[in-house]
Amino acid sequence: MKTKDLLLGPIFTNNPIALQVLGICSALAVTSQLKQVVIMGAAVALVTGVSSAMFSAIRNYTPNSIRIIVQMTVAASAVIVADQVLKAYFFDVSKQMSVYIGLIITNCIVMGRMEGFAAKNSPLPSFIDGIGNGLGYSAMLLAVGFVRELFGSGKLFGFSIFPLTTEGGWYQSNGLLLLPPSAFFIIGCMIWLLRTYKPDQQEQD
Amino acid sequence: MVEEYLSLFLKSVFIENMALAFFLGMCTFIALSKKVDTAIGLGIAVVIVQTITVSANNLVYNHLLREGALSWAGFPEADLSFLGLISYIGVVAAIVQILEMFLDKYVPSLYNALGIFLPLITVNCAILGGSLFMVERDYNFGQSVVYGVGSGTGWALAIVALAGIREKMNYSDVPAGLKGLGITFITAGLMAIVFMAFAGIQL
Repeated sequence: MKTKDLLLGPIFTNNPIALQVLGICSALAVTSQLKQVVIMGAAVALVTGVSSAMFSAIRNYTPNSIRIIVQMTVAASAVIVADQVLKAYFFDVSKQMSVYIGLIITNCIVMGRMEGFAAKNSPLPSFIDGIGNGLGYSAMLLAVGFVRELFGSGKLFGFSIFPLTTEGGWYQSNGLLLLPPSAFFIIGCMIWLLRTYKPDQQEQD
Repeated sequence: MVEEYLSLFLKSVFIENMALAFFLGMCTFIALSKKVDTAIGLGIAVVIVQTITVSANNLVYNHLLREGALSWAGFPEADLSFLGLISYIGVVAAIVQILEMFLDKYVPSLYNALGIFLPLITVNCAILGGSLFMVERDYNFGQSVVYGVGSGTGWALAIVALAGIREKMNYSDVPAGLKGLGITFITAGLMAIVFMAFAGIQL
């Protein structure tokens, strides 16, 4: 496979959230502000890439029976590094995201790529595949975060786009979008759009 | 004392419901809620594992990892809390494995009923999330046991309720593109809004 396919495939044609339903926990919890989304997306992409590469490097020396626990340890080490970096340089954001950075360990995308791709390929393609899937995940998160922040508080990345009525502007903000349940509706509708556009993805009874 | 534990229990079941207020364990929540029977089996497994792992991780954190915790071993200045994540997930994986072997030997009927769900629980983020919240909120041992039971129960209730709704929904006419995954998301969103009604309750 070519590098370009590995990197861009998961973003557009085979998006991990929309089609494989992986890693949606954090998609719902951290998407009310784009700033958090960007940091979360970058963390997931790097953790997936690095842990895929690391696991791929030791794949031939890992007995099959303990591979799950090895994958978990590899992912946990990568997440600890990400967590410590965030605590050191983005302390406020890391406080806001509370446990969700730690929960990247159990994000199915990380495990899924190690099991599905890195176990059979050499380190470099595994790294690129991991980054690609992480970016696919971030793309979906960005889309959700964009809708939630723009229509929920009239801002993007904290900059005012629609002036709010409370501050003398014209936009009446939609408070529901700032509440966590709205992410369910947005993702549900996105899946609906995607599956109407690509009927082969529809589920049969 | 009893009152404090009772309010913590109710808080972790309803107000801070793992699935519908914090969105943890969503992958399994969405994927395995097609039938009420499977949902009940998975729910029971989560309650058991959550109770044991939160309490065990509380001991690990308080006696090995936190700052000054190693003073009994002669290292009063050691702070190993950065090793938290890897230890908790190790404890979870080990306990799930032990529980599986134990049930296989002594309670084979429950082992067969739980089947594939038990190993799957290792990667359920509600379990790891429970331990992380325990550390973040600095619960003592008694509170951790109660929190483990409560948060597990809350998650189990949510998945059984969603499975019930999905079974009923088999008779409805859902648009083709929304079938399965899409409508489940929207149902879960409506349930989450209902659970927000508990958010205002002060205990």
